[in-house]
Amino acid sequence: MSHTITIKNEADTQIFAESLADFIAQQDTGFVIFLDGDLGAGKTTFSRYLLQKLGHEGAVKSPTYTLVEPYTIADRAIFHFDLYRLGDPSELEFMGIRDYFSGNALVLVEWSEKGAGILPEPDLLLSIAHGSAETERTIHLSGQPHILQLLGADVTAVAHD
Amino acid sequence: MRILGFETSCDETGIAVYDNEQGLLAHQLYSQVKLHADYGGVVPELASRDHVRKIIPLIQKTLAEAKTTAEDLDGIAYTRGPGLIGALLVGSCVARSLAFAWDLPTVGVHHMEGHLLAPMLEDEIPAFPFIALLVSGGHSMIVDVQGIGRYKVLGESIDDAAGEAFDKTAKLMGLDYPGGPLLAKLAEQGEPGHYKFPRPMTDRPGLDLSFSGLKTFAANTIRANADDPQTRANIAYAFQEAVVDTLLIKSKRALQQTGYKRVVIAGGVSANTMLRTRFDSELKKIGGAVFYPSLGLCTDNGAMIAYAGMQRLQAGQIETDNVRSLPRWPLEDLPPV
Repeated sequence: MSHTITIKNEADTQIFAESLADFIAQQDTGFVIFLDGDLGAGKTTFSRYLLQKLGHEGAVKSPTYTLVEPYTIADRAIFHFDLYRLGDPSELEFMGIRDYFSGNALVLVEWSEKGAGILPEPDLLLSIAHGSAETERTIHLSGQPHILQLLGADVTAVAHD
Repeated sequence: MRILGFETSCDETGIAVYDNEQGLLAHQLYSQVKLHADYGGVVPELASRDHVRKIIPLIQKTLAEAKTTAEDLDGIAYTRGPGLIGALLVGSCVARSLAFAWDLPTVGVHHMEGHLLAPMLEDEIPAFPFIALLVSGGHSMIVDVQGIGRYKVLGESIDDAAGEAFDKTAKLMGLDYPGGPLLAKLAEQGEPGHYKFPRPMTDRPGLDLSFSGLKTFAANTIRANADDPQTRANIAYAFQEAVVDTLLIKSKRALQQTGYKRVVIAGGVSANTMLRTRFDSELKKIGGAVFYPSLGLCTDNGAMIAYAGMQRLQAGQIETDNVRSLPRWPLEDLPPV
């Protein structure tokens, strides 16, 4: 099961990221999102809207150099990873990667393919690709079937906005 | 006073000896860039393993070049943070072990303080207060510097660092890692006026910066145009121009806001030729002055850590036995000297 939605511009990205944030806020267990897409696809923009809607005030810095930026919002730990510079997935073990996926933490991972084999399965995988127009993007959603089912209505709403 | 300084916050192992009367006696740098080029980035675990391998021979080489022995030293400074934790721990463990063996005081230095004081190692040094523009692969910030340890961050990047935007745009253009300097080289062949990149966040008040959107704009521009060398060079030129222009607009705004006349630019991006040319001429026009480290001291290095550490040791800021490396460490938390 999967969904594909088309996003026309940044305002659409915001609507989509915010509706997803509302959905995630209702999940009281740990939640893992992989966010894949080329350089310049809009992963940073998406992450910013998502984290801000979840309640983070201020900047959402690129985790490229630090690998992970931690946040705490309403007693929930949020970890924003960017594995762009990772050479080998096994290096995640050296930074104690398993400790991040515990409790009700929300883990957002950009460039997840660089951690393949070590990272757990995501609840949701978003693949962002450039569309035909300059600001257009297609977002392919896959992941855990029950999550996709729950998301279905919201996602369709965004797609047809 | 003579200080041995270690920098190991990311992918450069930098060792230096600084003497307050004789200046910089020696500095050695081992860059892991080649190692990381194979991987397309800095690999944290490789970074720390490589620091372990290189740091002792580099210390020996630096001390020999400075004609300095343990008896001549008055202290050891090392980078305490911010940075990659594994890499920071190597510097701190070696510094503190040697200090224990040689009975010397140590001081943990803030990496960004090292950068913003790096121009103090030159002949012509800026007087306080000044605006510091710190631009590297991991950081972009504008700081009000009233004195050593008296810092107020006026603005910083809300997403990508300036150097990161250079590196990633270079990658979009198919250049090798680390692409920033290669992109600047390509831009030298570019002609102005072909493309107009946005100047992010200059149309609104404030001193925050944003470079993530430029990368997206570059991706779109590359896709929409031909794939020949001249087009690529023209795009590189327009990208670089946009970054430099944005930094210039924000720096001038910071001068206006504070009433200061001097700007210090440090960090890897401060080695950029177009940036230096533009800042030199534009600041001259408004009666200001701009200061940079020499090219060899723009990127991470041990000399800036030795210098910054000396200022703190001279002020009696010797650390206790119980210290931790700090991967995150706000610049404004530092005590004044």
